Amino acid sequence: MHISKLAGAIAVIGLSAALTAPAALAQAAKAPAKAAAAQPQFFPVLAYRTGAYAPNGAPWANGFVDYMKLTNARGGVNGVQLLWEECETGYATDRGVECYERLKGKHGGATAVQPLSTGITFALTEKAPVDKIPVITAGYGRSESQNGAVFGWNFPLVGTYWMGADVLVQHIAKKEGGFDKLKGKKIALVYHDSPYGKEPIALLQERGKMHGFEVQLLPVAHPGVEQKATWLQIRQSKPDYVFLWGWGVMNSTSIKEAQATGYPREKMYGVWWSGAEPDVKDVGDGAKGYNALAMQHGAEPNAKVIKEVLEKVHAKGQGTGPKEEVGQVLYMRGLISAMLQVEGVRAAQGRYGKGKWVTGEQMRWGLENINLDQKALDALGFAGVMRPVQTSCLDHMGSAWARVHTWDGKKWNFTSDWYQGDEKVLRPMVMLASAKYAEEKKLKPRTPEDCKK
Amino acid sequence: MFYRENGQFKTSYKSDQQIFAIPQDRWAILALIVFAFVGIPLLVDEYLFRAILIPFLILSLAALGVNILVGYCGQITLGAGAFMAVGAYAAYNFLIRISGMPALGAILLGGLTAAAVGIVFGIPSLRVRGLYLAVATLAAQFFWDWAFLRVKWFTNDSSSGSVSVADIELFDWTINTPTDKYLFCLGILVIFSLMAKNLVRGSIGRQWMAIRDMDVAATVIGIRPMYAKLTAFAVSSFYVGVAGALWGMVHLGSWEPAAFSLDRSFQLLFMVIIGGMGAIAGSFFGAAFIVILPIFLNQMLPLVGGLFGLEVSIALVSHVEIMIFGALIVFFLIVEPHGIARLWSTGREKLRLWPFPH
Repeated sequence: MHISKLAGAIAVIGLSAALTAPAALAQAAKAPAKAAAAQPQFFPVLAYRTGAYAPNGAPWANGFVDYMKLTNARGGVNGVQLLWEECETGYATDRGVECYERLKGKHGGATAVQPLSTGITFALTEKAPVDKIPVITAGYGRSESQNGAVFGWNFPLVGTYWMGADVLVQHIAKKEGGFDKLKGKKIALVYHDSPYGKEPIALLQERGKMHGFEVQLLPVAHPGVEQKATWLQIRQSKPDYVFLWGWGVMNSTSIKEAQATGYPREKMYGVWWSGAEPDVKDVGDGAKGYNALAMQHGAEPNAKVIKEVLEKVHAKGQGTGPKEEVGQVLYMRGLISAMLQVEGVRAAQGRYGKGKWVTGEQMRWGLENINLDQKALDALGFAGVMRPVQTSCLDHMGSAWARVHTWDGKKWNFTSDWYQGDEKVLRPMVMLASAKYAEEKKLKPRTPEDCKK
Repeated sequence: MFYRENGQFKTSYKSDQQIFAIPQDRWAILALIVFAFVGIPLLVDEYLFRAILIPFLILSLAALGVNILVGYCGQITLGAGAFMAVGAYAAYNFLIRISGMPALGAILLGGLTAAAVGIVFGIPSLRVRGLYLAVATLAAQFFWDWAFLRVKWFTNDSSSGSVSVADIELFDWTINTPTDKYLFCLGILVIFSLMAKNLVRGSIGRQWMAIRDMDVAATVIGIRPMYAKLTAFAVSSFYVGVAGALWGMVHLGSWEPAAFSLDRSFQLLFMVIIGGMGAIAGSFFGAAFIVILPIFLNQMLPLVGGLFGLEVSIALVSHVEIMIFGALIVFFLIVEPHGIARLWSTGREKLRLWPFPH
């Protein structure tokens, strides 16, 4: 009996040691760098450099990290340096959540997190208010999170899927010669069968009801390499337009299948995640005429900020990823996503003290008060890349502009003017969906008074 | 030495038939449970709770359910993910559509709904066996994947198919911190494991095992295959459904059908095969192997690389993680095809005879 108790005790001690060791390590990681005034701002990087979505995830992460390197080379944000750590999510929601949990407490706490996955965004939306870490989803995430009163910690900056789908409808209406011409037309939506791909459906159906066009829904299962049946359906039903809501290998597969079935690429419109070099490069000439949305920017190899990245980061051997991809569409998306969070820090410092470390809560205030006018953009080297952005407490998307660009077989060229989402359509949908979320979660929406805090 | 059984005499049937007949085992398990309830909440940080322990507990419960069906009754299933989804979405619908529904009630009702669905999808098991049955249960997976993606009623007309629930409450206890969630899941897991252990030791469990070992012989001695197989499907789906409801409502808070995809079904089946078929403990070993090992590898590899002064990129870590994980699965299956639980019990037998094991 004595021995058995001893064995039990040893087992308990062993177990507790095994369990506490990682905890102690995590504690140790939290502790340092409290002393100096300019503690670096920490940003977790939830990247995916492996798996079916790596061709698109990697350039985004490269641009994202390069801009933070550039910011540090520029002397930080009023002297505050940036710090980051990558974690591989493989685009899987549970791994993404694990990465977030792993990184959120490091170096005094994460300032903001950008998951680059709508699935992970959904999961983090539940955790962000508890942890007080803003979730920035520039150009993705849930569309109704534009309403900052309900989604206090989500920031779908510069674009949501509803806004994107709305712009596409506007664009084809313009091509057809007015919204009334859309009556009786058929638009097929080929989408990734996940929350990401399903986001635009609500808007397209709403618009379809308004203008009398038919929306045909064609889901494609993850990862999207099997689309024969989908395109057979398209061949049968002959839609007037095909909207593509794909990601990763699904995009190039769609374009190849369109080529195989003989569907004109000129009538295909991708969302901004379906309109980058990896999607069309392998198809080459077969993708000629394929259109996609450009969320503010397209491929910008001549932008001033890109020259600066090449000179201050890549020339010093510090670059992330291949030099040839610098300035490509997804690289730019990552770069701009990083720029927005850096400007969030700057705005927060403007209120809470220049050159000081900002907390997650202060960061939220900063992100709600981003005011990037043309002068500020020019100073950052983004002249011609994007239009001014202004956010507010209730509008977490900010001013959103998009264009359409077309692949000419070698590069992307802009083929349209600037568009904005139609607030008359979007606003009621956002309010309705967010009110429903607030009811489900038993949340009390923030009032304008709460915003001032 | 570790198990000195001198002087331990069983003087009644009761003491001979208890779950842990050897006092050392009994005390060790009791100590483990007490430690899990008291020690871990004091020692562990939020990361371990949210990223490792809570998923581990819930998936253990699901693996337990799959083990009842696959390990004890011998009916291979590839539809476990679907039954998790049924449990989760049923619980969600009970919660939002019936006002004043307590969360625990919704979770249990979700489990019961899954049990009913499990009986329906278990009917093919009366005619087909083995691999053919596995393929038939795939139908459940595809059907429910489709239903939750396409039938808007199930998701309360959510635009993207994803649903979310508020923090759940148990009487006056609002379960919102990681520790609360952990304790809640642990409590359910302990109760359900005890129930499972007693079920498989009892008459019904013996019927399941008889069917598993040879169904013709079982019929000859008077076991009704329909009753035995369908109860196994019902009980297993109930467990899996409750696990699904916990996964959605406690662990994720907001989920979509992808959380219960075919990958999840495979994952649960592998947990049972690697952990040990027909052993309650096997479910826990299997869940630990599948949930914790990849994350452990993912965190250890950069540290190991650091020892040799190598900067390891996250892509490389991820590749190496998958390779090592795969190699370990093959290794365990070769060394002990009956799963880690068998390794454990062999080890225990050796300890009982130590220092002269034979």
